[in-house]
Amino acid sequence: MTLATSTPSGAAKEGFRLSMLVYDTRFRAITIQVVVLILFLLLVGWLVDNTIQNLAAKDKDINFGFLWVRAGYDIEQQLIPYTNDSTHGRAVIVGLLNTLVIAIFGCVLATIIGVLAGVLRLSRNWLVSRLMTIYVEAFRNVPLLLWIILVFVVTSETQPAPNEFKVTQAMVDSWATEDTSDDIYPAASKILFGTAAVTNRGSYVATPVLDRPLGGTTIGSVPVNFSVLATIAVIVASVLANKLLLRRARAVQEETGIRPVTWWKSLLILFGPIVLLLLAMGFHLQLPAFAADENGVSKGFNFQGGILVQHSFTALLIALSLYTGAFIAEIVRAGILAISRGQTEAAFALGLRPGRTMSLIILPQALRVIIPPLISQYLNLTKNTSLGIAVSYLDLRGTLGGITLNQTGRELECMLLMMLTYLIISLIISGAMNLYNNAVKLKER
Amino acid sequence: MKKSAFLGALAASTVLAGAAFAATLDDVKARGELICGVNVGLTGFGAPDASGEWKGFDVDLCRAVAAAVVGDPQKVKFVPTTGETRFTALASGEVDVLIRNSTMTYSRDVDLKLDFVAINYYDGQGFLVKKDLGVSSAKELDGATVCIQTGTTTELNLADFFKFNNISYTPVTVQDDSEAQRQYLAGACDTYTTDASGLAAARATMADGENHIILPEIISKEPLGPAVRHGDNQWGDIVRWTFNALLIAEEKGITKANIEEVASSTTDPEIRRLMGLEGDMGPMAGLDADAFKRAIAAGGNYGEIFEANIGSSTPIGLARGLNALWTQGGLQYAAPFR
Repeated sequence: MTLATSTPSGAAKEGFRLSMLVYDTRFRAITIQVVVLILFLLLVGWLVDNTIQNLAAKDKDINFGFLWVRAGYDIEQQLIPYTNDSTHGRAVIVGLLNTLVIAIFGCVLATIIGVLAGVLRLSRNWLVSRLMTIYVEAFRNVPLLLWIILVFVVTSETQPAPNEFKVTQAMVDSWATEDTSDDIYPAASKILFGTAAVTNRGSYVATPVLDRPLGGTTIGSVPVNFSVLATIAVIVASVLANKLLLRRARAVQEETGIRPVTWWKSLLILFGPIVLLLLAMGFHLQLPAFAADENGVSKGFNFQGGILVQHSFTALLIALSLYTGAFIAEIVRAGILAISRGQTEAAFALGLRPGRTMSLIILPQALRVIIPPLISQYLNLTKNTSLGIAVSYLDLRGTLGGITLNQTGRELECMLLMMLTYLIISLIISGAMNLYNNAVKLKER
Repeated sequence: MKKSAFLGALAASTVLAGAAFAATLDDVKARGELICGVNVGLTGFGAPDASGEWKGFDVDLCRAVAAAVVGDPQKVKFVPTTGETRFTALASGEVDVLIRNSTMTYSRDVDLKLDFVAINYYDGQGFLVKKDLGVSSAKELDGATVCIQTGTTTELNLADFFKFNNISYTPVTVQDDSEAQRQYLAGACDTYTTDASGLAAARATMADGENHIILPEIISKEPLGPAVRHGDNQWGDIVRWTFNALLIAEEKGITKANIEEVASSTTDPEIRRLMGLEGDMGPMAGLDADAFKRAIAAGGNYGEIFEANIGSSTPIGLARGLNALWTQGGLQYAAPFR
């Protein structure tokens, strides 16, 4: 602002006139801003007033009391205990957790896919780079919703129904006879040594079970499981101990030039304690299986035991990760191309292999270019989880903005609450990523 | 942040600003057309046929109302609504009347500010299963996967039924009847639950309908009827009495075929009032004198509409049951037209 100093001293003596608000460049900018602000506030005021008046005319109020009322409906995927006796508020939290679990897994998967595809797209191998181009263009240029539905239809319609896994009386009878040539078996069988069964309703996978759990307690209304806490504590301690070991090894290497052998110590430290803990707690896998009578004939409609991973979850996760991964691949490619060719040449001159050059020289520098657009992709992915409604995935949109909204008829409250929640999630992600960006960005002194 | 809050408020208020608070009757007359909210596709109740024309039990009631109000049963614009969108469509003024096999309940009446002005079909919730599942009672469905339309009363009844009988289920939520049928036929669920009439309609459209059965348990009361916005009593009266006129017509033996003959020859004072020949009944509700006669002439009386769309001669094949006239052991009973 050099205006103030360049104004002739005579102008200051003239005093202030109203016309200066328009004609004097010193004040004009402020005048415009004030006018726009007043207009904006008027518009907001009009909108709020309109909403209140319309609500009053329809004899409706704004009331969030429904969140404490019994929900009465069931949710198929629940990360915290929930029954139809729980409140709408709890249903909202179940939905929120379903949103977050997709968002977290999706961001991790999309990043892995994106970085790999981005690097491979720059590969000198003609076939690999062309394949990656096809992947990126195919996913970037087709609407995400179509991918979600496609993956869902493929996963749900190509797999066998649960009753094709069942053992019938006829099968048991055929096995009882000496003749093995007429034996009949179920049309479908489990995969991965019997630990998983993929049906047209979802994938049943083995559940980890403890024979001697450490028990638990509740603090407030939050259940605390000591077994899980102990497992996490042991893993964290092992990783820290391993870090210490590696640091010592590096210190020895820098002092003597010889790096001590650490791999078996690392393995022991990383896996020894956790295996011992799990053995002590009686860890084993509960396999998905049909309930059976004394002859081995299957009963029931679905697998018992095991965790059911709904196809809606799988489809949403795969489609979201591949779709967002395509965008991340382009961001990564742009980031790598932004690094001067001289860096690679210098690394080669020092004798580094291409893989090490990429991971030690190029990617760390490229990260500075990659992180800011990557934040928007994470935000996009998180917001796009709401498309799960197309495959009946009960996330925040499905519970709060779907069934709760419908059963209570509180459209405005539900929509406002849902928008606020997505806003908060997005701000948290963006805040965390900005912190990370500050940590990796070029430090100028 | 400011921007999102602003856009949110904008979106919220445009939804609300669309609400029409003037008398619905005046709007419909000025428009010359009735806007009727119907099912996106439930054969027999409300679905477009091969040539794109809407047909069905609920659709015919829309046409009767249109005939009474604007004088032409064809002057109806049908707006397909899902279980989720229907009440919002009605509350926001997007449709004038919702005739979409919707259940009358306390909270919809009181909290959602709707008025269910009549009950055109007494229904109850049932279960459809494949015959080879080997199930003969809904109580044997412990552990089953159930396809259920979201945003419906059936969703809540289902949870209550399984809880009360101390058995468990896995829900698969779907948006509408056609998706439910697709999922059910693909084996994504063991059973599909909705109103028994809807199940009969769904079975009628399946290629192998004879391989599916509706279980004997009816687990709820589902009084289905036309709904209007709370607070516009004149419009509610018109829809209610159009429906009653169709009932009275069946009671008095007035059909689509003989209506002109009856109108010219009858001496029954109630029929004369219904036909607009005496008593000035139509104008009391802001309609023409012969409005209710036109309503009956549109698709016939209640029994004719029932038989033509969902009765025993149709593929859906529903018996009158509770929906017979009160004189024949059913619940359909119209108040006197005087």
